[in-house]
Amino acid sequence: MRVQLVQLAHARSGDKGDTANVGVIALRPEWYPLLAKTLTRERVRDHFRGVITGEVERFELPNLKALNFLLHGALDGGGTLSLKTDAQGKVFSTALLRMMIEVPDAEAKQLGLPGAA
Amino acid sequence: MTNGVVRVAAAQGFWGDSLDAPRRQVEGGPVDYVMLDYLAEVTMSILQKQKERDPSMGYARDFVGAVESMMPAIVGRGVRVVANAGGVNPTACAAAIRGVLNKAQGDRVKIGVVTGDDLLPRLDELLDAQHELRNMDTNESLATVRDRVLSANAYLGSVPIVEALKRGAQIVITGRSTDTALTMAPLRFTYGWADDDWDRLAAGIIAGHIIECGAQCSGGNCLFDWRSIPNLADVGYPIVEGRADGTFTVTKHPGTGGIVGVHGVTEQLLYEMGDPRSYITPDVTADFTTIQLEQEGPDRVRVFGIKGRPPTDKLKVSIAYRRGFKAVGTLVYSWPDALEKAQLADRVLRERLDRLGLEFDRILTEFVGVNATHGPLAAEPRDPPEVQLRVGVRSESKGMVERFTREIAPLVLNGPPSVTGFAGGRPKVEEIVAYWPALIDKSVVRPQVEIA
Repeated sequence: MRVQLVQLAHARSGDKGDTANVGVIALRPEWYPLLAKTLTRERVRDHFRGVITGEVERFELPNLKALNFLLHGALDGGGTLSLKTDAQGKVFSTALLRMMIEVPDAEAKQLGLPGAA
Repeated sequence: MTNGVVRVAAAQGFWGDSLDAPRRQVEGGPVDYVMLDYLAEVTMSILQKQKERDPSMGYARDFVGAVESMMPAIVGRGVRVVANAGGVNPTACAAAIRGVLNKAQGDRVKIGVVTGDDLLPRLDELLDAQHELRNMDTNESLATVRDRVLSANAYLGSVPIVEALKRGAQIVITGRSTDTALTMAPLRFTYGWADDDWDRLAAGIIAGHIIECGAQCSGGNCLFDWRSIPNLADVGYPIVEGRADGTFTVTKHPGTGGIVGVHGVTEQLLYEMGDPRSYITPDVTADFTTIQLEQEGPDRVRVFGIKGRPPTDKLKVSIAYRRGFKAVGTLVYSWPDALEKAQLADRVLRERLDRLGLEFDRILTEFVGVNATHGPLAAEPRDPPEVQLRVGVRSESKGMVERFTREIAPLVLNGPPSVTGFAGGRPKVEEIVAYWPALIDKSVVRPQVEIA
């Protein structure tokens, strides 16, 4: 089945210069391994293609059931230099939660994902 | 301190935060310390400009009102206050606070002033001594922008604040301290944590990280189950209940709005996070992958398990420098075909800017309601009632930016139809003060503490 990340996780983002960070947190602890497996650095980089100009870094925080992504070149120069509405990267969090992910039906059912048959 | 628990209350998350929060933090229940964080990355440069105009300015003026609003707690109950309100002029800030204290029978209240973070007067000496202050992002040497520098401040840690508290200061005013040190220092002072007690020092830093943005850990800006967060109008600001062993509980005063829960605290832990294993501060390097959270009761999150390592031999330096000018103009286009009209207006505007021979380092168009927050990730809305055209330009030439601001209004009469929303007048030209992060050897920065 296909499920949107917003059904599985919540998130908060912030900035450091021209880099936005997005912390993604599993809505239920048992969904964290699925997120850790699915949200690879490449997957997130592809998601933000055309939105950011730099690389993506990825860090795991299994203790908090969370992943942290650094999106470089995300803020049109960042800080006061940026002309963007979201110069401080506050809503990159929800931009990431737009991602659609594919989960095998059996796994989705076993994990009790929303919409799983 | 009650039963070994010291209570540190956060009352400001940035300069411009709720004016009421400090008073509510001291009136809502018992607290030992109030911590107020005023300084964001660009705040120092704004304060530096104010000091240039008037040498008695250059600090967060809101702090004076905050102290006045907490006076009964400070003078009557001995509540202590730690704030980085000093900005680029901690001494002037202390003088202003002394004034309001004396008016309120607070003559005996001691003020501690932490200085030594200001590197501006020493900048040439430092550059001459091969401290290049290279930009951490671009690796350029500071020499390339030296003549445009407005302010340069090293981030100081908890040590000078602890010293001020030891010497009896009831109000400690710093310049550019790390946000986290404002919380960690009272904990470190209370429990006498050793200089190399890395785990406990890291715990204090993480306590600081959780509450340094005020209500952002107690229900504010919380995405998790946001509809169910109660009474945000009366949101309670967070309080850390510290313990000697380095574990602590995040909570808020009873009867206030918002919520302190594992999900919201986790969101705040990840805010502005880099490499979670290495959260580097002047005092300690904290490891965020060791943090354990537990809901121990309603609006109570226990935090434990934290590990730390020695810090590096560098301090971060926050430098602000002039970097040209910018302006942003907006117009609103209505149904039918709102987006198409806004897009045509953008093309017309750019053609006119070209014809005028204006060149910009950057010109950015956003269509608010369509792509301003999520860019191409958002699907185009079907038939929106309105779309805001938002065009920003940036240039080293003030004249070119100024000329741009005169090209927005004419579009109302000589561009595409169904346009409104120009009540604000001509866009404002802003000077850009940009941020230059750098590192410097710890050994060359000399924090000082004065008791006034």
